[in-house]
Amino acid sequence: MTNSVVKEPSMLLQKDMISGHYSKLARAEETGNTVAYTFVPGNLTELMLAFDMLPVHPEINALQNGMRKLSGEYIAEAERAGHSEDVCTYVKCDIGMSLKGNIGPTGEKMPPPNLLLLSYTGCFTFMKWFELLRERYDCATTMLHVPYQAEGHITKDARDYVVKQLREVTIPALEKASGKRYDEDRLREYLARSAKAEDDLVWVLESAKHTPSPIDAYFGGVYYIGPLFTAFRGTEAAVEYYQALRKEVQSRIENGEGPLTPEGQMRDQRFRLVVEGPPNWTHFREFWKMFYDEGAVVVASSYTKVGGLYDRGFRHDPDRPLESLAEYCLGCYTNLNLPSRVDLLVDYVNDYQADGFLVNSVKSCDSFSSGQLVMLREIEKRTGLPGAFIETDLVDPRYFSAANVRNRLESYFQMLSQKRATAVTS
Amino acid sequence: MKCYTGIDLGSTTTKAVVLDADGHVLGRGITNSRSNYDVACDVARAEALTDARFNLFGHELGDSPRLAERRDDFLALLRRNFRLEQYLVQLGHLGERCVMLAERMEMEGARMRPVDAVKKIFEDMHTEAANLFAPGAKLRSDFFRDLAGSRYAALAKYLARQKNLDFEALIGVYDKSIIPVENTIGGSSFQTMLDAAVRRTLSDGLVSGMESELEHALSRTLATNLIEAVSVGTGYGRARLPFPKERIRSEILCHGLGAHATFPDTRTVLDIGGQDTKAIQVDEHGVVTSFQMNDRCAAGCGRYLGYIAEEMNLGLHELGPMAMQSKRTVRINSTCTVFAGAELRDRLSSGQRREDILDGLHRAIMLRAMSLLARSGGVANEFSFTGGVAKNPAAVRALRGLVQESYGDRTINISPESIYMGALGAAIFALREHTPGKEVLLTTSGGTQWS
Amino acid sequence: MESRLTPPTAIGALTARCEELIADLDLGNVRAWRAAHPGRVVIGYLPIYAPRELVHAAGGLAVGIVGAGEELEIVRGDACFQSYICHLPRSVIELGLSGKLDSLDGMIFPSTCDVIRNLSGIWSLSFPKKWVRYLDLPQNFDASMGGVFYRGMLEGMLRELCELSGVDPKQADLRGAIRAFNANRRALRELYALRATEPWLTPTSEVYVLVRAGLLLPVEEHTAMIERYLGLAKAREARPVDNARVALRGAFCEQPPIELVKTLERAGCYVVDDDFLPMLRWPERDVDESGDPLDALVAAWLDTPLEAPSRYTRCNAEKGQVLIDTVRSTRAEGVIFAAPSFCDPALLDRPLLLGALDRAKIVHTSFKYAENTGQMQPIREQAGTFADSIKLWGEA
Repeated sequence: MTNSVVKEPSMLLQKDMISGHYSKLARAEETGNTVAYTFVPGNLTELMLAFDMLPVHPEINALQNGMRKLSGEYIAEAERAGHSEDVCTYVKCDIGMSLKGNIGPTGEKMPPPNLLLLSYTGCFTFMKWFELLRERYDCATTMLHVPYQAEGHITKDARDYVVKQLREVTIPALEKASGKRYDEDRLREYLARSAKAEDDLVWVLESAKHTPSPIDAYFGGVYYIGPLFTAFRGTEAAVEYYQALRKEVQSRIENGEGPLTPEGQMRDQRFRLVVEGPPNWTHFREFWKMFYDEGAVVVASSYTKVGGLYDRGFRHDPDRPLESLAEYCLGCYTNLNLPSRVDLLVDYVNDYQADGFLVNSVKSCDSFSSGQLVMLREIEKRTGLPGAFIETDLVDPRYFSAANVRNRLESYFQMLSQKRATAVTS
Repeated sequence: MKCYTGIDLGSTTTKAVVLDADGHVLGRGITNSRSNYDVACDVARAEALTDARFNLFGHELGDSPRLAERRDDFLALLRRNFRLEQYLVQLGHLGERCVMLAERMEMEGARMRPVDAVKKIFEDMHTEAANLFAPGAKLRSDFFRDLAGSRYAALAKYLARQKNLDFEALIGVYDKSIIPVENTIGGSSFQTMLDAAVRRTLSDGLVSGMESELEHALSRTLATNLIEAVSVGTGYGRARLPFPKERIRSEILCHGLGAHATFPDTRTVLDIGGQDTKAIQVDEHGVVTSFQMNDRCAAGCGRYLGYIAEEMNLGLHELGPMAMQSKRTVRINSTCTVFAGAELRDRLSSGQRREDILDGLHRAIMLRAMSLLARSGGVANEFSFTGGVAKNPAAVRALRGLVQESYGDRTINISPESIYMGALGAAIFALREHTPGKEVLLTTSGGTQWS
Repeated sequence: MESRLTPPTAIGALTARCEELIADLDLGNVRAWRAAHPGRVVIGYLPIYAPRELVHAAGGLAVGIVGAGEELEIVRGDACFQSYICHLPRSVIELGLSGKLDSLDGMIFPSTCDVIRNLSGIWSLSFPKKWVRYLDLPQNFDASMGGVFYRGMLEGMLRELCELSGVDPKQADLRGAIRAFNANRRALRELYALRATEPWLTPTSEVYVLVRAGLLLPVEEHTAMIERYLGLAKAREARPVDNARVALRGAFCEQPPIELVKTLERAGCYVVDDDFLPMLRWPERDVDESGDPLDALVAAWLDTPLEAPSRYTRCNAEKGQVLIDTVRSTRAEGVIFAAPSFCDPALLDRPLLLGALDRAKIVHTSFKYAENTGQMQPIREQAGTFADSIKLWGEA
């Protein structure tokens, strides 16, 4: 099966971008590039690029290691070193990788950070994670405190707080780590390109409003968000990637085609779903198969918004560089309060004409998972649709029980069919 | 006669229900699940068909006025004798295997020479078999594995002590032999075993002088051909059932439908099986509207009770009645299977009474079930409790109390056949497959209701 | 004077009253306070810190909610949380949904962790009519940034509290509140200091319930209670025994069952310091009583070396420093790290803290608990072994 995996051209393009980035990282020391470690939600890629710093995203390394079946050993290594079995496996996978020589998912060595840029957005674990890495690398660390959207909107106080930190803490830290001066015009150029790519990403994500949907907005979606959520936002490569992706999706719409799965074109779309929560990475393909085998296509997901809620209108703005970066950080999905998350998912169910919705609750992530059962009931109440609830983990292979997940999914799909059948007869 | 079978392959037991074309239950069968799923499935189906035959036979007997008044006693005895015959056939297979294995051990130069001991054990087991199934004798289990296993262990223990033999080695012989034996279907036909059972029953004299009428009824019963038109599979192991995909239904749907068919006013179903607990909401047609299953943790499932029984060295069936003796429930907060043993010993050593701890455990399990029910949308009226654990009186008592506390008055339905709900639902799906749109009305033995 | 005659009975009565308060999950005393103070507000707050002075200044009563211990059966709470989430939010939800928190007009959820943060949203969804405030404590400790943001948040909170209570506190009221809590924290510091020097006079099983009663009592009443206990304890005629002196860490949020504290003491430990209930003891210094009260509260958060896993440490050297200083000043011989199961902040922090202890050559042991842990045997054994090994090393 592994040999004959079907991939979209845009996926191949992205694969090249990613491996290019990893080799750049591997050569960072010889080329004299400085490196900043940072997280996806609330990432300040344009700002880092404006200082010629190369970003490393520990959670991307972890999920890549998960997909490449390396995470189990890394997690075990971290647990042997005294990390609790109870805590986030992204962290343990990352620490384990570092303990085992910091060889990245592509087999190339990861450079140590010149700076830990802690954009503390929507996840408390980020803070502990970088405290742990700081101790390992004993390097410069800068904290950007991004307040939570507790009131359901971005307040002026919160934005001012973030902007002031960017100006007085983050930028000086980047200057110091990179040895370069802050050039706001350069930042504006990156931001302008970001906005362009963001337009195309939104177009792609919203293409799922078509029937049949030309994309899977979860399993495919995690590929589509890749460049914009990581090291490429603001680059010409990202702009080109999204243009290519858009063309691909456009042609599927014109041909009435469904998304491409690893086993080829998905034909029969029996269920349109909205999904909340990150995917499982260790059994990603097996997990996806459980959906497309049953004719289930995901039309919208919250996970594809962890690096920005572009579909709700936000764009990086070259005319308001720091303000828009602040609003970006504050606006990520992980930074929304529970009632806002419920509102968003209810809107998705309605706007994308979903037949049902599913919560994939991951053990690792309290930020996502804590409260999901309450969200589930609230969404059921507001949409009148039954929801499904399954439990897996991000990168802990011990926590993916295929039989268990399949059992729930099958039951759920059969329930939807049964309800549909009785709705037709009565 | 066309019949429709539903098979529920659970983690501990496999159940089958056979319906006729009108949706009447013809028979039910159960066996322990085992590594070979096909065999488990075939055995359950064969048991259900056997049960169907006996039920048909009962009808035939009812037609004869002279036989009618002794019918129930006769049938009960016949069933026992039939089970004895089944037991003897399987015991024969098991004995052969065990002796063979023992001989091989001796050939390979084992320190102990087990052949004579094993032969002796099986001789004794054959001799005492009739007593096991005698009227009034209480069977510890319905399954050959458990019955034979406990007798073998007892006899081996006795012999080992008497002859100074290695008990563990003797048990090893059994353990290695039982799996292949229960994973192959025995050669004896239903007819052969029934004939033997009839002979045995007639010798009892209960129906002397009516032999010819009996024979007549029997031949009429055997003349009825039971033809399986459609069968549908469900249960935890359904993906491994030898059924095409379209003949497989999720256990959620089957349990919902089974409960609806048995108690048509059911709106909420709680099913506690060996491996998982399910809370299901159904509409007035038995269509599932929402469901929740327990999370990955096995705490609060039937398996947990099995574990406790093992720790306390009790039979699973004995837990509930013992807990019912409790006067003062002990509060137990953890239903973690991993810690259960340690916690039990800790509590026993601190002087808490066994029945009080057990009662607390039952309450703790039912608390988990209540959470699941709350997740699925609560407890509506009427409420049906199904699955193996529904047979446990202490579990039922705890549940009734908790439902009253949280939801007030609810009609709680529990059927003596509640372990068959999933298989029943599957059988109804099988019937619908054959006659689409058919609304099945069930005439089962009903069940008990509490308000 | 009476206390001098019968100190054990008087202390017993005092701790019994505290235990009763803690065990009363229906918050009887809070209901009584409400009845006695019609029109005033009662505001709940969760671990690990909230500026209670604001509630006090608005004429209200701030009530600390830290879970429900081992007595409450959890049904609705488990319906809201997966098995891999700690126990505290389950019991808090159970309390709320079963009406036991009806005497509260609102709740403050501080930025302790993702679970408590999300609980604020669950609360808004479950109790749409109640006032809910998420308190985003700044992780930037610069007055011009974190300070400005925090001050804005306090102003907003105070404004809302005033609307809720109909009271418009003057600066003097705020200063009065600061004074009242300063007095309370001073008494608590004195209590901790006494326990650190003479733990045989102040068993932690007593100290703990006395401190914890502060979650439920009006601050002035609690201060008087602590002062009374201090007097009684000092007059005690107890002698030290050969116990190991330990500091306890990890229990800043979900609380262990009281039985666990007793178990540690029975296993041969003097608990000479702990991180229980920082919400009652932070900041561990006086808040300025003379200047602008809100600025004083802001400064108290920014400038005090408070150590908890939920608070960012600016550099490696800072990590564990407060603990190590405390170990030295209280002459603790080892650290017991007892964290709630599935407590992300505590458990992620643990390797860092233990590393700092190792470098400082301070011995430690770790275990996990839940607020409803019923099994003490393994903890008794582990703590006993730890205490024994400390005594052995001490003699060597």
